[in-house]
Parts: sequence; C-alpha cells; structure tokens
Amino acid sequence: MKNLFSEGGRMTRRLTTCAIAALSITAATHGVAAQERDKVTVGYAISKSGPNAGGADMTVTPNYELWVKEVNAAGGLKMPDGSQLPIEVIAYDDRSSAEEVVRAVERLASQDKVDIILPPWGTGFNLAVAPLMAKFGYPHLAGAAVTDKASDFVKRWDTSFWFMGGSEDYVSAFTEILVAEREAGRINDKIAMISVADGFGIDLVKAARPSFEAAGFDVAYDKSFPPETSDFATILNEAGNAEADTFVAFTYPPHTFALTKQAKIASYSPPVFYLGVGAAFPVYPKIADGSVEGIMSLGGVDPNNELNNAYRAKHEELVGRGADYWGSVLIYASLQMLEQTIERVGLDKAEIAKELSSGTFSTVLGSETQLEDNQLRAINWVGQWQDGKFVAVSSEGSDGTIQVKLPKPDWE
Amino acid sequence: MNMKTLHGFALAGVAVVLLACAPLLISDYWTGVLLGMTGYVTLATAWALFSGPTRYISLATVAFFGVGAYTVAVLNEVMPYPLVLLCAAGIGMIMALMVGLSTLRLAGVYFVIFTFGLAELVRQTVSWWEVNVTYTMGRYIFLPFEGRHIYWQLLALAVVTFLISWAIGRSRFGLALKALGDDETVAAHAGVDVTRIKLLLFVISSTIITLVGAIQAPRWTYIEPSIVFNPTVSFMTLIMALLGGAMRLWGPLVGAVPLFLLFEWLSVSFPDHFSIILGLLFILIVFVMPNGVLAKIDDLRKGGRT
Repeated sequence: MKNLFSEGGRMTRRLTTCAIAALSITAATHGVAAQERDKVTVGYAISKSGPNAGGADMTVTPNYELWVKEVNAAGGLKMPDGSQLPIEVIAYDDRSSAEEVVRAVERLASQDKVDIILPPWGTGFNLAVAPLMAKFGYPHLAGAAVTDKASDFVKRWDTSFWFMGGSEDYVSAFTEILVAEREAGRINDKIAMISVADGFGIDLVKAARPSFEAAGFDVAYDKSFPPETSDFATILNEAGNAEADTFVAFTYPPHTFALTKQAKIASYSPPVFYLGVGAAFPVYPKIADGSVEGIMSLGGVDPNNELNNAYRAKHEELVGRGADYWGSVLIYASLQMLEQTIERVGLDKAEIAKELSSGTFSTVLGSETQLEDNQLRAINWVGQWQDGKFVAVSSEGSDGTIQVKLPKPDWE
Repeated sequence: MNMKTLHGFALAGVAVVLLACAPLLISDYWTGVLLGMTGYVTLATAWALFSGPTRYISLATVAFFGVGAYTVAVLNEVMPYPLVLLCAAGIGMIMALMVGLSTLRLAGVYFVIFTFGLAELVRQTVSWWEVNVTYTMGRYIFLPFEGRHIYWQLLALAVVTFLISWAIGRSRFGLALKALGDDETVAAHAGVDVTRIKLLLFVISSTIITLVGAIQAPRWTYIEPSIVFNPTVSFMTLIMALLGGAMRLWGPLVGAVPLFLLFEWLSVSFPDHFSIILGLLFILIVFVMPNGVLAKIDDLRKGGRT
C-alpha cells in the first residue's frame, strides 16, 4: 500500500511536469504564429460538447466553417490594398461551461493574439464574453443571442453588434398576424400558451403575456413545464379544453418534436399552431412525417430571395446538410458583413467596428443590409411552413414576406 | 512554534506574495488560468476540510457554489459588494446548518446520494422561484471587476482556507477529529461530541465554497441556473481532492493544480477530443491506483498497518 502511495505521488509529479511543459510549448508556438502577416487568424470558442452543443452545431459552427472554406477557396480575405490573405482558424471547445468560454476568449485575445474573434453560441455565453471582447477591443458580432436589452448593451459595449433581435420583436410581429386574423373572423380571441421553464421559454412568455393582452386576447391556458418533460398528452388535452383557436408553445427542439407528434396522435389541430425552436430545422418535416403545412414558428426565409436560395444550396453542398430557417442565415450575413468590412478598412479592430455600425453591405439578406444602432433589424420574425418551405410571413405579405395562410389544415 | 513550522510559514508567505504579484507580469489568459486554478484549490481544500476527516463524500459542492453565485446576481445592484459577499456567506452558512442538522446522521452511501440530490433540489427550487415568482430567468452582474481582481479575492480566500485547515489540524478540535476519523464509535465513547464537530466542519467548509461561487460570479456577467449549478464543479472538486489526498493539508492542492493544468492543456491541444481523453485518463488513474479510492481510505483507516 505504501508503494501505491509513493507511486501515486510520483505519477502526480510527472503529470504536473508534463502538463506544464506542454502548456509552455503550445503557448510558444501560438505566440510566434501571430507575429507574421501572411494570413489572418480567426478564433472562436464554441460548445462542441455539453448541453449547448446541439444548438451550436445547428446554427453557428457550420456557418463559420462554410464561410472560412469559401473565403479560402477564393484565395483568402481581401485587404484594402487588393492583396488576399488566407484565414487560419483556432477553434476551442467551451464544453458548455461559462468559465471555459470566458477563459477561451482570454486565451484567443492575449495568448493566441488572433486578428478576429467570432462569438460563441447562446445569449448567456455571448453576454459572458461581451466585457472581454470590449476590453480587448474586438468587434463582437453576437449572432446566436436573442435579447431585448440589445440597445442597453450597445451603450455598455460600443463595439458589440446584435444580430438576432429580442423576444418582444418576435412576439409583437406574431401578435400583429393574430389581430388581423381575428378581424377577418378566422380565429376567436382565446389563446392557449405553454412554455418551457428555461431561458428561451421564460423570456418569450414574459414578452408574450402583455403583448397578447394588450391586443385584446384572452390567454385562456397558460402553463410552463420543466425542460425534462417529454409527455405532453395532459398539456395538449388541457389546451384543447380551453377552446382557443390559437396554440402557442415556446419550446426547445425536443419539446417541439414531441409536441408535434403527440398533437397529431391526439388530432389536436387548432387554426393557429405556433411552436418554438426546432420547427425551423430542415429536419422538421421528416420528424412531423410530412404534415407540417401551416405550422408557424420564429424565423423564416424569403423564398424569392435568390441570394438566400444560393446560400442554402451552398450550405447543403459544403456542409452536407441544410441550414436552419432561422438563425443560420443571420449568422452567415454577419460574417459577410465582417468580410466586406475588412476589405474596406483592413484589420484594425476599431476601424472594423466603426465601419460595421455605419456601412452598407451586400449580404444574403439583401443588397443593402445595414445595422441600426449596432443591431440588425431586417430580420424575419414569423415563419410558416408553406409547400414544404419555411417561409417568412406577415398578415399582408410584403417586404420579402409571404401572406400567412390560415387556418392551418388538418394533420395528414 | 518550532523552526520547521516557521520555515513553512515563511515559504508559504513568499509563495503567496509571488502569486499575488503574478497578474502584473503575465497575460490576461494566464491570470485566467491562475484564477481557475485558485478557485479549484480553494474548493478542493474546503471540501477536504469536511470530507477528509469525516469520510463523508459530499457531492453538494455545486449547490453551495451556485447559491453563492446567485446571491451575487440577485443582490449586486441593491447593496455594496462587500455586503453582498457577507450576505452570500450568511446564506451559505444557514443553508449548511439546516442541511447538516437534518442529514449528518446519515452515513455512507446515503449521504452521497443525499448531497447529489441536494444540488439538484437547490437548482430546481431556484428555477421554480424565478419562473413562477420573479418571472426572470437570466440575471445580470455588472461589477467593474477584471480577471485579476477576482483572482486576488480568490487567493485571499485560499489563504484563509489554508489557515483554517492548518489551525484545525493543530487544535484540540483537530485531535477530536483524528479520533473521529479513526473510529467514530470509539470517539463518541471517549467523550467527543461527534455530531457537533461534524456539523461545525460542514458549516465552515460550505461557507467557504459558497464564497468561491460568489467571488467567481462577476466573471460571467450573465447567470442562470444551468450555468451556475453545473454538476461538473462537484465532480472536479471531488476528483482533485481525492487524487491529492483529502486527509492532508496540502493534499487537495497537490491534486487540484496538476489536474487543472492537465484539463487546460487538453482543451487547448485537443479541443475536439477532450471528453474522450478525459475518460481515458480517469481509467488510467484507476489503473495506477488499482483498488481505487476506497483502498486508500481503508489504508488510512488501518493506520498504514500493511
């Protein structure tokens, strides 16, 4: 036994030496790499493992990889003097831990000294790194972060940019559609609403309650459920008893998928059927076994936008699967804006931030994409499945949106 | 105080001064590494303070850690920061008292299961409260702290923790603990108030853990239950303390420093294979100590008779 102890001690010592040696070697090599200017280093920390990995891998990581692949295939990032520099990527796994993502960004900024840092996935993690990005002067293009406080954050960190809008935006656009439908006599004034008791659900439902009530709707059923829930039979039954023509569920993908299947089994098919994250995934029609016509959710794309169609085709070709119909295109647009900014002003971080907030860009969203108060506002807030595509809709159908088609047809 | 102790103190003092000056010389990233490391050294030492002598394996670390962080998130805008820390310590202390009074008579595996459940219970309670009472999920902490400020606070807490641990080891109280660790029944018969001692240790240890959470919270700006009640914290603390040896003053430190550096190195060099390598490493550790941690405890119990 004594031997084991000393063996353990020796092992620990050896491990320490190894770890320290390895750390200093990695540190040294990265330090050298950042000195030369024959390439542009782009770094990011993203959740490759842990609970956030699913969302990151759907919306963010594929677009980073797609963009880098494309830029490098075209000879690299264009600089103001016309030269081109290839992108070199340093990517870390934050393991879905806030402390890890913070340290990874510190590592990218002060150790790897990368030229550009791309943001992590999720509202919480974008906020966790925001003070550091501002401190080190990196422009922070917060992509996958839904927040109503973007206007405050822009004041706090003036080099931060917000690309996904806030809960109130999504809810008020949806309320507008509901009001028009009610005026047309297609739905009654009752709403059955459920939400997951986690970040997204709480944020949305908090915005939805006052918005629906101000528009004269009666939220006849209002229930939040724990994230582990997988059986929705009771909830759907109760929602059905509320005699509401509108069913709203602010949910995460597992709930969205389960709700769809169970609503189908229960033949619960209210005129308006609105679900949360997951309904805009390309895989959704397969999960719903085809009958997705009329289902609504956040996001949506303009099917007549050729740029966007080209982007989707390219995503499928280079990544090997389709882009989701909500966040992906916004993330990709933010990268295009970054690319064009660098072509105009070079790699000076302060200049990049200045150009991003004031410039006009040609992106997959349109030929004149601009930020307002450092926020992207040209977002499609409400989407609906129409003829096998998840399109952006509004009550009238204008400005790149299609007219909403309600009531939703019965399940096939 | 004999010469050896004096030397030890002098050495430790120099080390602390050097560590305190380090952030002025090194980059923010290395300050971040030191910060994370100091956090885990403190957690592991505080954990061993209770679990070492009593051999009660606690998985409740993250329950207290998270409560500390949440206290700061809730109170940081209504009162000055030192007061917030005091409140956090107070809440941690009261929670530890309640938990300790109700559970420290449980023994062995029941205690492990209970503490694991406690972490989940606290997380669900906080979530339920936020969902149904306050209608807010995320909370913001806007305190003007950079990495090095948080690091200095943690370092101070680590020093205090070591002093407490050292003082306990030298006191009458420490003697009672040694008796308790050798054989609880015998200790009780010899007049040691076993439950009171266990409770006192649990409260001290939990309060320190709560403070670690409170001090680290401003680093994340945004707090929600899934962020601060991450069970990994409990497991990491446990592994570090056990690897180094929970019965010795410097044991948790010896376990925490290499493991933390190793994790850091893995996530830098093998970002895509971290979990796999980590799993393999744990298997390796088990093979190096083939009879595992239990054998170690047994060995200590027998007083090194073999």
